[in-house]
Amino acid sequence: MTPEKKNQLKKTANNVRLSILEAVYSASSGHPGGSLSVADILTYLYFEEMNIDPKDPKKEDRDRFVLSKGHTSPALYSVLAERGFFPKSDIKTFRHIDSYLQGHPDMKHTPGVDMSSGSLGQGMSVACGMALSAKISGKNYRVYSALGDGEIQEGQIWEAAMFAGHYHLDNLCIVVDNNNLQIDGRITDVMNPHPIDEKFKAFGFEVMVIDGHDFDQIEAAYKKAKETKGKPFAIIAKTIKGKGVSFMEDQASWHGTAPNEEQYQAAVKELTANN
Amino acid sequence: MADKIATRQAYGDALAEFGAIYPDLVVLDADLAGATKTGVFKKAFPDRFFDCGIAEGNMMCVAAGLSTTGKIPFASSFAMFAAGRAFEQVRNAIGYPHLNVKIGATHAGISVGEDGATHQCLEDIAIMRTIPGMVVINPADATEARAAVEAAIKYVGPVYLRFGRAAVPVLFDKATYKFEIGKGIQMNEGRDVTIVANGLMVEQALAARELLANEGIDAAVINMPTVKPIDSEIIINAAKKTGAIVTAEEHNIIGGLGSAVAEVVCENMPVPVVRVGTNDVFGRSGKVPPLLEMYGLTAKNICESAKKAIALKK
Repeated sequence: MTPEKKNQLKKTANNVRLSILEAVYSASSGHPGGSLSVADILTYLYFEEMNIDPKDPKKEDRDRFVLSKGHTSPALYSVLAERGFFPKSDIKTFRHIDSYLQGHPDMKHTPGVDMSSGSLGQGMSVACGMALSAKISGKNYRVYSALGDGEIQEGQIWEAAMFAGHYHLDNLCIVVDNNNLQIDGRITDVMNPHPIDEKFKAFGFEVMVIDGHDFDQIEAAYKKAKETKGKPFAIIAKTIKGKGVSFMEDQASWHGTAPNEEQYQAAVKELTANN
Repeated sequence: MADKIATRQAYGDALAEFGAIYPDLVVLDADLAGATKTGVFKKAFPDRFFDCGIAEGNMMCVAAGLSTTGKIPFASSFAMFAAGRAFEQVRNAIGYPHLNVKIGATHAGISVGEDGATHQCLEDIAIMRTIPGMVVINPADATEARAAVEAAIKYVGPVYLRFGRAAVPVLFDKATYKFEIGKGIQMNEGRDVTIVANGLMVEQALAARELLANEGIDAAVINMPTVKPIDSEIIINAAKKTGAIVTAEEHNIIGGLGSAVAEVVCENMPVPVVRVGTNDVFGRSGKVPPLLEMYGLTAKNICESAKKAIALKK
């Protein structure tokens, strides 16, 4: 990756983070921690990786994305807005009664959202269905999904993993946002899902463990995913919950809490300094 | 029409029949293809059949994903697991986004027989009809089951189709039978009471009409395959015309056809409604005829309820 491209992506991701904060601050609710941890990955997907068109969000041969960890909708909405699917000014309507930006993604009302999600464990199965459909029809589109590391405690994730392995869905690439925290605390204290990479390998995936905030590594992983034939691909992205806002980083308490005005201003100041 | 065919058999046959017409039709099962009869489709179209293994929650969501890309997926399992186990997947991944997924639930009701209570789903209609936008259909015979499958394919949106394990008499002639989602069928006119039935209880309702006639009671019979959207018009007319209604279903009296009919009657044309169904109990192992008797799902039970409803008029 050229330094220019990397700088551009960093800048875009920084804007995405600002939008994430604006969304949860305006709503006085929402999930900043996991949105900030997945922000770089989603930025890369929507700005570099996926075949999508903001002017034609439903074009048939587009790549699909399912946010299985649907509570981090602020990250998805912010990336979609940044990419031009809808006006950035709508971000502040997040979770408001007259807004199309629901607490969890709603495919019926939000341009660019390929699947409604939010009930943990289900999105990866849906992504499998989309990938299977491409196989049935001989289409070339790819399907991406982002999972939480707490989410993979859901049994259905492993039903989906078995399915993806069994049907050799090499057009499916999932990423586990491994930020180590869930609502009740550290994943290793609540219900230890490790070893995550070995588990996906055992279910027939090609697996790559990366730093989920390093665009070179993100790019390398998605490149390898595309080159992998006969197997679905899982990226285990080591991330920091709350990444980019120092007082939110690695704190389970920022899983589902909105900043107050003072905290919001401090976060904006910190992120703006990066631009 | 002495033939007896299980509605699940008609379901599997219909999938294979319409699979030839609709190239986007895809069938999923959860290791029960032999029992749900999706195996008939699998044999005809192996490239469009996918076993999901014993993982119903995943299957429903895979179906959801398939539907977003233009496929018409039928996801099949026993009613207990399609509606019961996978309820939340059906609610959130299919119902909420109103996706074009068809759920083919077989082995519904007490007529599962020997497998007993764990497999006799008597709650599926109730829970499925509480999902906004979900169409719920419980066909009475093989002809209606086939027609319901065709209607479900043509309809865009989620549909729950309920089929039985046991062979039941063919009541309708394939050549003349017309099925429309949301429409009840007036089988007989009557003066004193209307019996509204679906599934295998339609046969019992018709038998009850004969028994009642012997006692000088003139009963109308309505077959109500679609529980949601319910045919309010035919129910209100029946209430106006006969002033008393009996419902008959192979389901808990709580939440199913009886409840749906009572809701319409109460809000539009209040008359007595007496419900025949399982009385808020679990089933047990046994052969089908003695089970139907033990759980009060016979023509005789409908007759008693009809008399009760008529008595309540006065």
